[in-house]
Amino acid sequence: MLGYLIRRVLAAIPVMGVVALFVFLLLRLTPGDPAAILAGDNATPEQLDRIRTSLGLNEPLYTQFFTWIGKLLHGDLGVSLISNVPVMTMIGNRIEPTISIALSTIVLAVLIAVPLGVIAAWKRGTWIDRFVMGLSVIGFSVPVFVIGYVLIQVFAIDLRWFPVQGFRSLSRGFGPFAERIVLPTLTLSFIYIALIARMTRAAMLDVLDEDYVRTARAKGIAETGVLLRHALRNAAVPVITVIGTGFALLISGVVVTETVFNLPGIGRLTVDAVLARDYPVIQAMILLTSGIYVAVNLLIDLSYTLLDPRIRY
Amino acid sequence: MAVDALPEPSIRVTPRRVGRNALRSSPIIVVAIICLTTIVLLAILAPLISPHDPQLLAPALRLKPASAEFPLGTDAYGRDVLSRIIYGGRISLLIGLGAALFSIAIGLLIGLVSGFFRWVDAVMMRIMDGLMAIPSILLAIAVVSLSGASLSTVLIAITIPEIPRVARLVRSIVLSAREEPYVEAAISVGSSLPKIMWRHLMPNTIAPLIVQGTYVCASAILTEAILSFLGAGISPEVPTWGNIMAEGRAFFQIKPSLIFWPGLMLSIAILSVNLIGDAARDALDPRLKQREGRK
Repeated sequence: MLGYLIRRVLAAIPVMGVVALFVFLLLRLTPGDPAAILAGDNATPEQLDRIRTSLGLNEPLYTQFFTWIGKLLHGDLGVSLISNVPVMTMIGNRIEPTISIALSTIVLAVLIAVPLGVIAAWKRGTWIDRFVMGLSVIGFSVPVFVIGYVLIQVFAIDLRWFPVQGFRSLSRGFGPFAERIVLPTLTLSFIYIALIARMTRAAMLDVLDEDYVRTARAKGIAETGVLLRHALRNAAVPVITVIGTGFALLISGVVVTETVFNLPGIGRLTVDAVLARDYPVIQAMILLTSGIYVAVNLLIDLSYTLLDPRIRY
Repeated sequence: MAVDALPEPSIRVTPRRVGRNALRSSPIIVVAIICLTTIVLLAILAPLISPHDPQLLAPALRLKPASAEFPLGTDAYGRDVLSRIIYGGRISLLIGLGAALFSIAIGLLIGLVSGFFRWVDAVMMRIMDGLMAIPSILLAIAVVSLSGASLSTVLIAITIPEIPRVARLVRSIVLSAREEPYVEAAISVGSSLPKIMWRHLMPNTIAPLIVQGTYVCASAILTEAILSFLGAGISPEVPTWGNIMAEGRAFFQIKPSLIFWPGLMLSIAILSVNLIGDAARDALDPRLKQREGRK
């Protein structure tokens, strides 16, 4: 197990290395002077100079790369070209809304999607199954921002149950915080529910025909016991896996959802940085989100042994 | 001879039969095909059928409600929303089709080579892993913001994140196909490498790639809309569904239809492509269909 753990962690290093290289080269390989690209058309020579010094663009390419990587490894993500604030500080200030809606989305999606998938598989071929699968295709197809605006129109404007947009920190009371993250969470959950429900159903269908499920039924165990303890436990590995791979969807969804609901999170920070060509922020965000994605999937890989004692490394 | 004695398969799987079965099994596919065909026709015939010039500014007519002259009203610059939505489909479909074709062409090449040469494989798959770890929206907006928002940069930005998925799919097929006797036979009679890849390995990938292509198409249409919506897409005067929605954002509480109509078209287009992809997968891979328990 320890050997496997070390191998898996080591395997994540080249992946992050490729991400870092890609992010580094993205700016340098774009045709034109990188400083001019970042500064825009009306830049003064002083501005260009400042960007060149700040990003070390006057150095040879490999020196730039290793200086940058060295700083990264010390936790230095650079300084914003626009506000001159360290990127780490910017992220720290904006992380709360993002973590709030991401966590509540994962919890909500799992709570809804897993039972839906189990029921669909259990009632395979019936209208329930078709209904759940239909919902799942719709969840995949309707863009996050369309769902967001429909929810705002219905629940915030017509019914007035929730505020239209904005965020209130948890430190200022749970009530105002909760009522502002309900709609973003619902919005973001749709696609995640679609994904997890679909995978739960497929994984359950695989195990429902197994001998041990038949044996469990023959022993006279109640159907819920068969489904939850015997079938779902065995179907857990692909379901957990898709929760991890779906994390990429969640990250993209966060960017859009924060824009729709005007949440001051790191998704919005990224979009603003992109629109302002604030490259240190852009590259930090790509590295950070990719790093989270790799870490989540690593943890999920390691959780397999807990979920399924047959898996041994 | 034993080989001659084997019975002919009783059902020949022809493309036409596959298509007919898919249609019969699910009427919803017919609806999806009709919807998609309508959207494609609207996009192609846009100059002939749209009632107004989609880019004509008329400040006096801004944010007008629906009327006989402007069936869906006008936007903040007095432009006809219906005409903009009809034209908007052009970019979406172009990007969807383009991204599907390019990602399949490049992914096929990478997958074939990686599946065949181990040392290429080791390097290529690490690169693909790295690319897959970057959230596709972030990758796309970063590329567009640096290279400028033209149709071709948006297309490139949307295609790059799709390539690893295609490459991995092709590679997995090649890895299992290269152990087959007919490939060994081809190697042993000295067929050239390009010939083995093109004539013997590539045909195995066609069916899965058709399915994958529809999913790439749907996802590319969605990504383009998100890019435009975030303000990082094609320039705002060109009507795309995402652009219309992005401009409607500020006026959402006054005129929600500026968001809903293009959103509806976008959803229908993506839904249709996804449904057609699912049907293609079921038709081309009956085992999968059985496994998923569809009758």
